[in-house]
Amino acid sequence: MSFDKRIDGRGFLDLRPMDARVGVIEKADGSAYFKMGDTVAYAAVYGPRELVPRFKQNPKKGILRCNYNMLPFSGVGERIRPGGNRRSKEISMVTEKALLPVVLLDHFPNSVVDVFIELPQTDAGSRCAGITAAALALADAGIPMKDLVSAVAVGKVDDKLVVDLRYEEEAFEGEVSDIPFAFIHNTGEVSLLQMDGIVDDENLIKLVDLARNAALKVYEVQKEALLEKFKKAGDSNERK
Amino acid sequence: MRGNDEVQHVLKYFENNVRYDNRGLTDYRDISYDLDVVKTAEGSASVKFGQTQVIAGVKLSIDEPYPDTPNKGNLMVEVSLSPLASENYLPGPPDMDAVEFSRVVDRGLREAPALDFEKLCIEEGEAVWNVSIDIVVINDDGNLIDVAGFAAMLALLNARFPKVVDGKVDYHELTDKKLPIKHLVIPTTIFKIDKYFFIDPISEEFELSEARLTLTRRDDGKICAIQKGGNFPLKKEDIVQMLAISKEKFQYLLKILKEVN
Repeated sequence: MSFDKRIDGRGFLDLRPMDARVGVIEKADGSAYFKMGDTVAYAAVYGPRELVPRFKQNPKKGILRCNYNMLPFSGVGERIRPGGNRRSKEISMVTEKALLPVVLLDHFPNSVVDVFIELPQTDAGSRCAGITAAALALADAGIPMKDLVSAVAVGKVDDKLVVDLRYEEEAFEGEVSDIPFAFIHNTGEVSLLQMDGIVDDENLIKLVDLARNAALKVYEVQKEALLEKFKKAGDSNERK
Repeated sequence: MRGNDEVQHVLKYFENNVRYDNRGLTDYRDISYDLDVVKTAEGSASVKFGQTQVIAGVKLSIDEPYPDTPNKGNLMVEVSLSPLASENYLPGPPDMDAVEFSRVVDRGLREAPALDFEKLCIEEGEAVWNVSIDIVVINDDGNLIDVAGFAAMLALLNARFPKVVDGKVDYHELTDKKLPIKHLVIPTTIFKIDKYFFIDPISEEFELSEARLTLTRRDDGKICAIQKGGNFPLKKEDIVQMLAISKEKFQYLLKILKEVN
């Protein structure tokens, strides 16, 4: 069977419908909601706050600590046992690395900026949705940042180069690659790059460009969400 | 500008295409290996890249298949950073590096795939072979992903099925039957400091490296796993250059593995 049509009728280079909002969790210092098709991510930022245990403190700069978690009912198959596993540990780590280049942590010696990412529902692309939401939540929290980070997965399904894979496409019988990317918006640098699957060098280089173009679309949605919040803030000031 | 004296120091060397140990930037250290180093394992290999040494052991057992792959054998890969390997490690649950290294090595072997998993099925839905590869770092002098991945593949090549009596494994006797190898799989990690790319770092270089990109390839040259590491981002041109270095270095390592067969 060859792959010549996407299950949801999208073009090969189209993203799923996106929705982004910031300030969705009132208790948090910053928060965001990001939806990409059926993949939903919440991110909350707490901090900068004092880092405990204290021996982990760095007097020169703060640390960024991310935690990625798929909720028990968020997987396509059976219940996911809570408490984390090797996969979630690794994704938490790469999420941190994806965001680290833009967060100005030297403003916060001895402190930690905690980012908690929870996914209530997923249909692939969850680490990318998490990173995109986390970047928004950091901005919403007013953490000084050099830039925004936008993430999206690309890949090759059969002989087609594809953007924003869904779970069923990742599971296609035959050659598939799933390559999550994160880009620093203004510099276009890559801060997340991983792959499951099979790809050759030539297509990988093409996919870097496709991913960058797709990430620019994610960025537009992020920007809108942030502007929306400050538009509202502006309104309430006028009312005073 | 980089304030770190150690980085400035290593860059002075790199400018002249020299390393602390006199190698060029894209030269491996001396690579050596021994097979069958653990009699209690069904397959094993001890691998050294310079002073970095790991031991990989394959254990085979019969188990139920996972419900979503009733006709396929199981694979488990674990890299352990033993406290004897470096002052940085302590006994206890695996730290973040161990989890990452395990998952990167696992991904390459699984995605390639290194093994013909369907041939590891004994009875569909009932019994399959469980292949567990443990890679233990004995001395950590850098470049653990590449060394661990290389050792894992060697141990798979070295493994023999144990005897099975009435559906039970008799570990006292190994047969001559080898594992169903489908692809040879090797990770190649390219490191970056400033504008310099290099491979096979010693631990000092590993700690200073700003970014790394692991490209795991299988014997037809295709990439079967990717992992970017380090705190610094990469430009597209960096990725293109790293791909080219990896392609060449992979052939060098593949040649060594092919001599085993």
